[in-house]
Amino acid sequence: MVLMIADTGCANLASVRFAFARLGVEAKISADPDVLKTADRLVLPGVGAAGAGMAALQAKGLDEMLQGYARPLLGICLGMQLLFKMSTENNVRCLGLLGGTVEALPDTAGPVPHMGWNTLSLRTSDPLLRDVADNSYVYFVHSYGVQPDENTLASTQYGMEFAAMVRRDNIYGCQFHPERSGTPGAQILQNFLDVNP
Amino acid sequence: MLARRIIPCLDVMNGMVVKGVQFAGHEVVGEAVDLARRYRDEGADELVFYDITASPQGRRVDAGWVSQVAKELDIPFTVAGGIASIEDAQMILAAGADKVSINSPALANPDLINALVGRFGSQCVVVGIDSYWDGEDWQVKAMTGDPDKTITTPWKTRDWICDVQRRGAGEIVLNCMNEDGRRAGYDIKQLRVMRALCKVPLIASGGAGCAQDFVDVFAKANVDGALAASVFHKAIISIPALKDVLRDHKIEVRP
Repeated sequence: MVLMIADTGCANLASVRFAFARLGVEAKISADPDVLKTADRLVLPGVGAAGAGMAALQAKGLDEMLQGYARPLLGICLGMQLLFKMSTENNVRCLGLLGGTVEALPDTAGPVPHMGWNTLSLRTSDPLLRDVADNSYVYFVHSYGVQPDENTLASTQYGMEFAAMVRRDNIYGCQFHPERSGTPGAQILQNFLDVNP
Repeated sequence: MLARRIIPCLDVMNGMVVKGVQFAGHEVVGEAVDLARRYRDEGADELVFYDITASPQGRRVDAGWVSQVAKELDIPFTVAGGIASIEDAQMILAAGADKVSINSPALANPDLINALVGRFGSQCVVVGIDSYWDGEDWQVKAMTGDPDKTITTPWKTRDWICDVQRRGAGEIVLNCMNEDGRRAGYDIKQLRVMRALCKVPLIASGGAGCAQDFVDVFAKANVDGALAASVFHKAIISIPALKDVLRDHKIEVRP
């Protein structure tokens, strides 16, 4: 199985790559859509702002490739947000692989960014949640989120209830950083490797 | 619910973890990668590596050990020390660090904060502040890694905290220098004042001596995380025992 990480020019590729290496899988990193489209599993990481993230995808021709990708795709953090229809951060149209709009977290909850370990409330059963306990702590760093809907596997509370894990068909997303989320995070990455294509 | 973070800080000098009293007289306490592994296993929520030699010597952090640590760790970590440009930050983040923390270079060039935020996003950019009570107010110091080069800046801590947030800093680590290394408790008074000014996550640093000090800093100063070094390095406090105490006081922590 060939695992690839899309190099969008953002900086956290190494930690994602190392996390899969700890699971015994060496990921290939590429920014070339013709290379990435051959992957059996594809990870779209991301940090920073939605506008810059989408611009980077478009500049590399990755937006169309991702929209046509039919095998399991995992968006992490900003990478998950870019899977949705649009983001109010920079008011940018995103990939539209999932319905819904990414909105700013309300500042009533506490400090923003929402940074640190928070709990997952599991909403359904899914292969991505195999051996992940309800109320597991995972590591978040973000200022935007999307309201839960029928594609939400797990949600988290911070000022608002937001989607922490999503899935529709072959499209998966984690708002938190599984690569930095200890044992539950490693389990989720392993589950992503194990899902049926 | 968002858990409060326990953050061991590893002051690194030439790849070795050191600890000094009020930043003077450093003693070696272990290798960076070994301590990183140990704290991960004990349940630390995050680690900060602070290369205290970097800024005063005009030398930058070494991406080699950053990368080694990144391979070991499945919890987030921050690297501080000598990051003075987008290129420096890029190198450290590409080596696998989750955040960069800037201190003296931000004081020398505050626009560096804006530049880093513009390139990497607020969530990657931590500003460390060394704050000293001079008898009248809290004042920001720079270049504290080397006592001979330490200077008092014109900034009052409360003004600098507001300024760095306007520039987009995603988190602030406030090191209360008067308490640092004394193990007599965090500077609750100062942290309460700064918490009220700080809309981004605030991490307390300096003064932890026992588990009750962590209870107090979370309960009384409402900080998001508490950073400490010597009490962890010298095994005066074990992280699992500390978390038990915090849980007994109804303070949310990760198991």
